[in-house]
Formats: sequence, structure tokens, C-alpha cells
Amino acid sequence: MTDWLSPDEWRAVALSLRVSLWAVAASLPFGILTAYALARWEFRGKQMLNGIVHLPLILPPVVTGYLLLLTFGRKGAVGQILDQWFGIVLAFRWTGAALAAAVMAFPLMVRAIRLAVEAVDPKLEQAAGTLGASRPWVFLTVTLPLILPGVLAGTILAFAKAMGEFGATITFVSNIPGQTQTLPSAIYAFLQVPGGEKEAARLVLVAVGIAMAALMLSEWISRAVARRIAGT
Amino acid sequence: MTLSVNLSHRFGDFTLDVAFEAPPGVTVLFGRSGSGKTTVVNAVAGLLRPDHGRIIAGGEVLLDTETRTFLPPHRRRVGYVFQDARLFPHLTVRQNLLYGRWFAHRRGPDNFARVVDMLGIGPLLARRPAALSGGEKSRVALGRAILSEPRLLLMDEPLAALDEARKAEILPYLERLRDELHLPILYVSHSMPEVARLATTLVLIEAGRVAAAGPATELLSDPAAAPALGLREAGAILSARLAVPDEDGLSRLDCSAGPLWLPRVAGRAGDSFRLRILAQDVMLATSRPKGISALNILPAVVREVRLGEGPGALVQLEAGDEMLLARITRRSAAALELKPGQQIHAVLKAVSVAQENVGHGRPGADSP
Repeated sequence: MTDWLSPDEWRAVALSLRVSLWAVAASLPFGILTAYALARWEFRGKQMLNGIVHLPLILPPVVTGYLLLLTFGRKGAVGQILDQWFGIVLAFRWTGAALAAAVMAFPLMVRAIRLAVEAVDPKLEQAAGTLGASRPWVFLTVTLPLILPGVLAGTILAFAKAMGEFGATITFVSNIPGQTQTLPSAIYAFLQVPGGEKEAARLVLVAVGIAMAALMLSEWISRAVARRIAGT
Repeated sequence: MTLSVNLSHRFGDFTLDVAFEAPPGVTVLFGRSGSGKTTVVNAVAGLLRPDHGRIIAGGEVLLDTETRTFLPPHRRRVGYVFQDARLFPHLTVRQNLLYGRWFAHRRGPDNFARVVDMLGIGPLLARRPAALSGGEKSRVALGRAILSEPRLLLMDEPLAALDEARKAEILPYLERLRDELHLPILYVSHSMPEVARLATTLVLIEAGRVAAAGPATELLSDPAAAPALGLREAGAILSARLAVPDEDGLSRLDCSAGPLWLPRVAGRAGDSFRLRILAQDVMLATSRPKGISALNILPAVVREVRLGEGPGALVQLEAGDEMLLARITRRSAAALELKPGQQIHAVLKAVSVAQENVGHGRPGADSP
């Protein structure tokens, strides 16, 4: 079963899965915090934060990738510090691909979670407070379980987006087979070579399969959660 | 334990400025919607930070704007029963009930079984709130608040969202709560029958101010307070003991004013009851009437006659240790030449005391 994809193609699929999982897992806590802040808190610069979060959705991906390169590249303001102090290099590494995917998927994740937070009645959180729960406990025992369907939806949406991310990734970390060549980059590479359509088509099938599986999983989870809350 | 409340708060052009004491028992905050009752309760719970004020519960300062003391809601140990129940939809009834207990660090005796039994919610424990009726939700919310081991219970019109049948279902549970748990209860209401059945202390709030406050039995039989409480609803509370449970479909209840025959009251001989006798159901006669269909004739003494602005007059009567209120016309008051100290007979038709005005327990019976 492994021989219908070449080792290079397998590497691209595996790398894409790894990049997307890391991108989603690492950005989820920030996604929840940002969504909660935007939904519930009033603070200076709220519109600014909202704008920055949504920027990657509107900017051409190549611009986002270039900005990442400027910031997190070896000579970039943040990249320099990460390199010299922690020995972390992001540019042209798979970790950089994960960062690019996370940045591109972040607005979708935040939007889904924010909608879920806004749907939670603050009166329930007040009630939990009068029953002795401090703010963090209220969040963990009332808010989080109630927004869980939204968090799952946002996570899966972000995962799908990360799997498909191309423009920012190829700009920031290039297209090095085995290192930064993700599934979309591999498809692109095959399409650049005459006669590469067959290989590209196989990878396209893989991409469609993963996307469909993610969507079905998300449907199934949200139904299960809804059933649990409706209670019988 | 006594709760002492003193606060003032402005929102827009509405100013709330109240001060009162809530001794043990049920203190009812009574007033129209929009008079500021819920704001007071929210301030006691810590859900609202008033502009100025001081709230002390059993010696502990919950709020003092002068010393900038503000205890956050979760450290106040105040059980709050909201009008809309606010059960957690993702938890079962059992988990809802145990929610507050989990945070109550000083574990008291385990009264879970007792509270569940008292509220009759045993069969619901495995369900989720979505599968409960309105009345069941109210009882679970009540149980959840009690089980959080509060030092004080707040109830914001817990019955307002229910129809009459559900109210009649919950009221006996609230009476048991008052008489068995010895928790001070601050209860918001704009329903006179609820006040009459539950209140030990009454605080009347009008447009953000305390219009009258005092023991419920005194205030409800005070002709001066009656206009504010609503004339048609005015009526005194008698405490009585069931003597004869059933005779020709009637029950005899004995109070210090004399025996009263009422439509059958459910209970055993010796049980205590609170009866609300509406002022407009009481007739007055200067001599003991003969050949009259009314079953109840109580000898009484006129304490006060208060002429209203309209055609009516309110007469406060003393019968035994009880106070009664009678609403008659000014013309009758003049014809009978009523004056304080006069001997008189109060006449009450048995059927005029509705079931909803017969409650368990005596006023003040809850003070330990």
C-alpha cells in the first residue's frame, strides 16, 4: 500500500501532517485566549488586536510570508534574538512552516471560538461565581465545556487551513523536499515539471481525502457534544 | 445572623438609596418591577459594585466603599437562586447540585440526601437541565444554592417565571426551607400572596427607596402601609393551629382570636399554619350578628381607623394576640361610629380564604 506514493511524496504528506498538527496545537491556547478577550473584555487596542488577527485572511499570502521572513528570518528582529539566545531558527525549517501555517490559520480558529464564547450566557458564569468558583475555575468548569464544540470546530478548520497553506509557507521557508516541502508545495513542484501531472493528481487525492476526513470528524464531534448537552 | 445593607447607586436618572436590616428568617424585598429590588440583591451577591455603601453579613464586611473593601462573589458564601434558574446545561442535575459543594472548603455535615429529599428531586439526579420542567429547574436551582453551604440565601423572584400550578408546587418547599434550615433568606417579590406566606420581615421598596420596613405581621396589618402594598391585596396574617382536620369538608383552626372554620386544609391536627385574611373579606358588626351565613365571628377591639382618599376606610382590629385588617366604606365607618378601643365583631366567610393564602408554619417560627 505504501508503494503507490514515492518516498518523497510520503515525506511531503507526513511533513504536512506534522506541520499542521504542531501549528494547531501550539496556537490553540492563544486562539482561545484571543477569542475570549475579543468576546468578553473591553480594553484599549481591542480593534487593533482584532485587525492584526484577521490580517492574514485578507493580505496576499505572499505578503504574510514575506513579513514573516522579515520578522523571523535569521536577520529579522525576532529571528535574530531566537537564533542568538535560544538557538532556534525558523526560516527554511519545518518549524517555520508550522509558524506560517499557524499564522494563516489563526483568524479562522479565533472566529469559530469567538462565536462560541459569545453564545455562552454570562449569567451562567455569574451563577458559578456565586457558588464559590473563582474566575479561572468558572472558565474551566463552565465556559470551556460550553465552548468546546466551537473550539473543536475552530481547531479542525484551522487544521484544514494549515494543511492547505501554500503561499506564506513557500515564501517563508521555501520548497525543500524532505525539509519544508509540504503537500501543496509538492503538488506545485510536480506541476512545474513536464509529465508530473500523474504524481500531482495522486497528491491531490490525498489532500481531498484528508480534508474530507477532517470535516466529517468535526461534524461527528459537534453532534456528539450537542447530544450530550441536550441530555436525555 | 443578621444582614445589614446600606447602599446608594446611580444608573442614568434612577437613584437607588436603601438601608435596612435583615434579621434571621425570610426578609422579603417587596416592590414594583423597576423599583431596584434586584439591584440590592446583586449588590449583596457582589455581582454589582454600588457607588457607595456597606454590606455586613453576620459580622463580616462584604462591601465597604469607604475602606475600599470588596469581597468578590465567589468568596461571599452567598447562595443565589436566580429567577431563570441558570442551571449548567452541560452538567447533570447531580453535578449541578454538587457544583458549589466542591468549592465550599469547610465541609459541613453531608446534607445532600436531606436536601434532595426535602426538594423531592431524587428521581431527577441523572437528567440534564434540558430535560426538566420549569418547576423542577427551580427546585434544582434551590438545592444547588443550599448545598453550596451559604451563610445567606438570596432569591430573586424564584417563582415569577412559573405558572400558578408550579408556584403552588414550590411554595411548600420554600416554607420547609424557612422553617427547617435556619438560613437567613433575602427574597425579592412583587407578589402579595408570596409575601404573606413566606415573609418574617418585610422591606417595602418604592422607586429606589425604602418606603416601610418591619416585621411582616406588623406591617401587613398596619393601615398606614396598606396603600403602598396595594389596597385590594391588603390583609393581615394570623397564625393558627389545625384543631379539626375535616368536618363536612371544613377544617377548624384555632388561633388566639378564636376558632376559624375554613375550607378543608391539608394537614394533621396540631400543625401550624399562617393564614392571610384579606381586608376586603372582613365585615364588621357592632353586636354579635345572629342568623348569618358566615361561619366565623371573632370578637375584636378597634385599634385604628384610617380613612382613605377614596370611599374606603381601613380598620385595624386586635383579636386575641392577633391583628386583623378590615376594609370597609367610609360611610359604614361613620354609621357604626367606629373609634379606637371600641368592642366589635369581625365577620369572615369561610370560603373567602383561598387555598393559596393558607401556608405552613407560623410567622417568626424560623428564628432558632
